[in-house]
Amino acid sequence: MSETAAPGGVVQKPRRTLTRAVIRFAGDSGDGMQVTGEQFTTEAAWAGNDISTLPNFPAEIRAPAGTLFGVSSFQLQFGSQRVHTPGDQLDALVAMNPAALKVHQSDLKPGGILIVNTAAFDQRNLDKAGYAKNPLEDPGLGEKYRLYQVDISGMTKKALEDLALNAKEKERCKNFFALGLVSWIYTRPLDPTLDAIKKRFAKNPLFVEANTRVLKAGHAFGETAEMFAEHYGVEAAEMPPGLYRSMTGNRALAWGLLAAAERTQIPIVFGAYPITPASSILEELAMHKRFRVRTFQAEDEIAAATSVIGAAFGGAIGITASSGPGIALKGEAIGLAVTAELPIVIFDIQRGGPSTGLPTKTEQADLMQALYGRNSESPVVVIAPCTPGDCFYIAYEAVRIAIKYMVPVMVLSDGYLANGSEPWLIPDVKTLPDIPVKFRTEPEGFFPYLRDPATLARPWVRPGTPGLEHRIGGIEKQDVTGNISYDPENHDHMVKTRAEKVRRVAQEIPPTSINGPATGDVLVVGWGGTYGAITAAVEEAQLEGKAVASVHLRHLNPLPPDLGQILRQYRRVLVPEINSGQLVRVLRAEYLVDAVGYNRVSGMPLASQDILEAINQLVEAKQ
Amino acid sequence: MSTVTGVPGAAQGGAPKYTKKDFESDQDVRWCPGCGDYAILSAMQKTMPDLGIPREDIVFISGIGCSSRFPYYMNTYGFHTIHGRAPAVATGLKLARPELKVFVVTGDGDGLSIGGNHLLHVLRRNVDVTVLLFNNRIYGLTKGQYSPTSELGKVTKSTPMGSADRPVSPCSFALGAGATFVARTVDRNIAHMEETLKRAAQHKGAAFVEILQNCNVYNDLAWNVLYDRESKVLHELKVQHGKPLVFGPVDDRRGLVLDGVKPKVVKVKDVPESALWVHDETDRATALVLAHLWAPDYPIPLGVLAANAGETTYEEILIQQEQKSISERGPGDIAKLLVSGETWKIG
Repeated sequence: MSETAAPGGVVQKPRRTLTRAVIRFAGDSGDGMQVTGEQFTTEAAWAGNDISTLPNFPAEIRAPAGTLFGVSSFQLQFGSQRVHTPGDQLDALVAMNPAALKVHQSDLKPGGILIVNTAAFDQRNLDKAGYAKNPLEDPGLGEKYRLYQVDISGMTKKALEDLALNAKEKERCKNFFALGLVSWIYTRPLDPTLDAIKKRFAKNPLFVEANTRVLKAGHAFGETAEMFAEHYGVEAAEMPPGLYRSMTGNRALAWGLLAAAERTQIPIVFGAYPITPASSILEELAMHKRFRVRTFQAEDEIAAATSVIGAAFGGAIGITASSGPGIALKGEAIGLAVTAELPIVIFDIQRGGPSTGLPTKTEQADLMQALYGRNSESPVVVIAPCTPGDCFYIAYEAVRIAIKYMVPVMVLSDGYLANGSEPWLIPDVKTLPDIPVKFRTEPEGFFPYLRDPATLARPWVRPGTPGLEHRIGGIEKQDVTGNISYDPENHDHMVKTRAEKVRRVAQEIPPTSINGPATGDVLVVGWGGTYGAITAAVEEAQLEGKAVASVHLRHLNPLPPDLGQILRQYRRVLVPEINSGQLVRVLRAEYLVDAVGYNRVSGMPLASQDILEAINQLVEAKQ
Repeated sequence: MSTVTGVPGAAQGGAPKYTKKDFESDQDVRWCPGCGDYAILSAMQKTMPDLGIPREDIVFISGIGCSSRFPYYMNTYGFHTIHGRAPAVATGLKLARPELKVFVVTGDGDGLSIGGNHLLHVLRRNVDVTVLLFNNRIYGLTKGQYSPTSELGKVTKSTPMGSADRPVSPCSFALGAGATFVARTVDRNIAHMEETLKRAAQHKGAAFVEILQNCNVYNDLAWNVLYDRESKVLHELKVQHGKPLVFGPVDDRRGLVLDGVKPKVVKVKDVPESALWVHDETDRATALVLAHLWAPDYPIPLGVLAANAGETTYEEILIQQEQKSISERGPGDIAKLLVSGETWKIG
């Protein structure tokens, strides 16, 4: 990475090398903190760091300025070693106003960098944040943290003095001053941001000029202002070689579907109703019509689910996406897909609940809903991605399993994976497994519920095929013929058959990979978006010499065939989850193992330090 | 037929020759003896050969209720789905397969109560489906509770002192939702049903047909005003495009005139013919006035109340967008997409 040459006469400041850093940008909803964080992420990615991000914003679109509940933030951890999580405690916090300081200060490490925009610390904002007196006047703040009081707004205005922009437009550039400053502190390259500014404001050269100036002004301020004595470097991480891009979970889900559509050569019908945090999948897919994706913004969640069932009946890939509340509404429709034995995929981007709950925050409490949240015996395949980039593979795999077994497949992502991003090694799509699609066309011997002996899948028939006209529906049907049947023996047989079909998906599950020793004191079992936090905690425990391993489940129904055996190789089993103990119950019921949970349901990702503590407690509980 | 493009049979030189029997499935029909649904089924099966569509390109989709058993009895593709959701299932099917001819069969409870939302949206989007709503003003399959079309004060098992809610008019609802074809017919007039069903099926876009249907078990003779011979002569108004709206006994013909926007019943012999209201099915405003008329003050209009031919359908627009996107930017290429935007190389 090239250092920007210091302006004439300025002494080059010393640079210290770090292995990782955790930074949070925090400000008002309208302060552009998400853009700032995303841009810094791109800069760190260019510098070759491994990265994990955590955008965190209020459900209100434009919450009243200056309020505590209107604070929006973007956190990331970047490092020269593998980075598993966005980090627990902050090395640096940028607080654009008093509310941001108040909300986030406690997460900053003692001695950490604290940059505040002094211009925003006026009486009005102090009142709104509930400060009786200006915290910047409290000498304790500067003693506890490395406090940098910077008039970000003022210097932004100054840099733009001669530009024909109004005061509001000038004020809106201030986030790039902060970005320029932090980019200097951590010596991340400005080039990607300069490029992004050009692209973003291509139609308005004045905005390009303004943002470029402010960004550079922030950078130059770090370089020249006496208050900054040193800055930091973080070397490139050792990552598998290849071409990388930044990937968020929701985009990865959408692109995984596109890959599946291209491979199968059948269209996708994606039916969804807008809901946080799933809406961006619909928006992303709507941009890719040339992949033969037909997006349908349905009138409600039920129509979203039933429309894709109609599409699957017609021989297309039917996908719907929602979050917990919407999945609840789709329940009856999913049951129809179970009994009609049609291949649909349901994405559940979990968020805090119950009811409306915490729409923009993450949670893992829909596992039971995915497994059991429908009337009667209604088994579906349930799988879960473990990182934002993994969402690409999980979406592709969901389509493959749904078609092969003619079953609904539910994918449990979450708000953290959906919006979080990571550097993602771009795969060679040719290496993805094949998704064979065979529509039945042969009328001879046809029945709608004939079964493939290996998968128990029934034939997929496209309407329009002569001689195969048939009727299916939600009423119980006789196996093979598909005729309506109320026969008790047949119903029992069909219930078992539908369950067995899902059970046979276990054939698709590769041997479980164990992170750590094959036997030991504690096995940590996780699923979904907690992968990073668990891995970081387990690796830390291993460094401390403890006999601890972890497995992370991508398949939740059916469970991996080798899991029972693995669980028995450890003295204790710990299951950290962002719910009140859902997987742990499944494991206890399924394997009669005395697994215990670590559960914290705060709307935020689990902290790896907390998981480490839970591991240590179990290890120490040993005689 | 202009509505169905890419029909294999049609492409291979003309429509297949079918008879009614070709559309009868091998399933035992399980409606109560005497149910009006039998006549509708028969009329539908009889109409099918006239449509000239290959049987394999036809799909019947239904929700839940007595009417919704319909697909099992049609020897076409069929899907008996869940309560109220047939319009949404049909929409998804049309998105996947715009070339199919899709019928939705529903009832007054399925279509206007639990599924009212979906009916509204399938009609306003102008999805190319033919919706047949069997209106018997009662819940039959759940054994006799009042429905959203039951009259105010209806005494049923769930309303022993009479219902407190006012009924919805299905045709007014459909017009309000923006259906491009709205018609009404009655189960005891086979010829009129066949004619109406055929026109509805041939309409491109969302077609809505209210079929007044008798539930002889839970709501017998609910439509007696149109069954009873004397009453029928007095109240039945068969509307025909371009013809004056006249009804009543041969020796005492009545007609409708419009006084501003207010309809009035007059004796035909009392007014010059030019004063009579001439039915224009392309005019949605007057169709809405017609849909509101009911006995005893007014006649009950039967037939095609509104028909707007040539409107673009929902799926046509989406497919056009897809084709435009492909022709402008080429078909999707996932390998290219993956490396688009910001990327960087490591190692």
